[in-house]
Amino acid sequence: MSDIQSRIGTPWKKPPFVQRAWLRWALLLGFVCYLIAAYLTIDVNWTRVYVGLERGKQFILAFTSPDFTSRSGDIWEGMLESIIMTIASSVVGIAISIPIALGAARNIAPLPVYLLCRSIIAISRALQEIIVAILLVAIFGFGPLAGFLTLSFATIGFLSKLLAEDIESMDRAQAEAIKASGSRWLQWINYGVQPQVMPRLIGLSIYRVDINFRESAILGLVGAGGIGATLNTAFDRYEYDTAAAILLIIILIVMSLEYISGIIRERVQ
Amino acid sequence: MPVKDFKGQQVWQRRTSRESLAHWIMWLIGVAVFAYCWQQISVSTTWFFVWDAPRIANDIWTRATPPRWAYISQLGKPIWDTLNIATLGTIFALILAVPVAFLAARNTTPSRYFVRPVALLIIVATRSINSLIWALLLIAIIGPGVFAGVIAIAIRSIGFCAKLLYEAIEEIDETQVEAITATGASRWHVMAYGIVPQILPAFAGIAVFRWDINIRESTVLGLVGAGGIGLQLSSSLNVLAWPQVSLILLVILTAVVISEWVSAKVRGAII
Repeated sequence: MSDIQSRIGTPWKKPPFVQRAWLRWALLLGFVCYLIAAYLTIDVNWTRVYVGLERGKQFILAFTSPDFTSRSGDIWEGMLESIIMTIASSVVGIAISIPIALGAARNIAPLPVYLLCRSIIAISRALQEIIVAILLVAIFGFGPLAGFLTLSFATIGFLSKLLAEDIESMDRAQAEAIKASGSRWLQWINYGVQPQVMPRLIGLSIYRVDINFRESAILGLVGAGGIGATLNTAFDRYEYDTAAAILLIIILIVMSLEYISGIIRERVQ
Repeated sequence: MPVKDFKGQQVWQRRTSRESLAHWIMWLIGVAVFAYCWQQISVSTTWFFVWDAPRIANDIWTRATPPRWAYISQLGKPIWDTLNIATLGTIFALILAVPVAFLAARNTTPSRYFVRPVALLIIVATRSINSLIWALLLIAIIGPGVFAGVIAIAIRSIGFCAKLLYEAIEEIDETQVEAITATGASRWHVMAYGIVPQILPAFAGIAVFRWDINIRESTVLGLVGAGGIGLQLSSSLNVLAWPQVSLILLVILTAVVISEWVSAKVRGAII
């Protein structure tokens, strides 16, 4: 054995992902300990799960015969409200996030403005949509206005951050050329900066419309308008065929939005 | 280049008159759609409450401050549950996402016209439905509790992880795969030695990134009864215990910030 090994050398072994041996074993051991601890603290009621499987089967079967008709009025109203909230909040959110993005780009804005805009972005990103929605429903009352404000607020954090990063990595030479021709500040932004970031802005905006629609589907759970309320009622009444119909519509709209955004992004770039 | 004759002088313009007309019509349609949407929102809003909003907001603020710090002793278990929901959910999702990603990638799928569309459908369907809706559904099926939260997070994450992973698989360097194939390796050997090492860094990055998002999502799953700190939030909201609500929101905010920091650190170390 050792004779052969000395002739052909030791066989090749795949290098491990984590190089240091002690770190590898420590990570593995810690992970196993965590899994055991987590498993012990989650009490799963297996008999309840087993009973529920029958209902799960019914729900999956409901997808083969979704019921679009018997609650068509509620579904239509909820969907329309979701779409309205999506469009309005995307427009307002994008309109507000462009100046904030300009302020949050270090190569355009002075330091105080930069810090202010960055903190707005940080606050908007740290708070989840649903929590913001709960607070806004408490303040503004039930209805789509709370949902609209929530989605606009969430759009600001998302879009401003990514747009500001794009502005920061733009080509300085073009912007300088416009400045050298004696342009005012607004002209400088319009002709020097805007054409460079426009493809990214369009791509991000469409992506955000997609996200806003998906989020608008759950805001109804806390009373902020949209299809969520109808969906919640359908689940509560065990009307799985109606719930399946709503979920199918949501999936279909998201799919078509993704398809359209793919085409538009290809055309702009 | 569009040039306009302006009293005998040639003036540069950004667009031709036809282009600017098209732009103008597009803007008109856009503004009309927005106006319609705004009108619809305005119709279903009780404006009296909106004018009253500053007073209400001020009222809630005075009720919510200072937070009830003593309540934190009851938040240990919910936070642990939230962490478990996010972590176990991510692990289950990754286990399920890897085969889906391999079936969906153009260069590894067994059949491009039959299996790939099914895999893509799984990805779109799980991605487009929010984890709160999955949680609602699972609570109706398997009853409320942490387990429903874990499964909800897992299902929701499959699409996200599988989408990013299959894009990574499609971008691999084919020459390495060819080299392994040339040694006479079987299909599984090619996968293990030609493809997996190339996507492993991307895989680790995706796992940590999704874990960070899942921490955020699992903090609110309790609102529909799927365990975690959201359960405490929901019950505090129901009894209008605003000092407890503000404390819970602070705890959630801290958890989100910490998880984002951890995820950024780990991703920085991998890449």
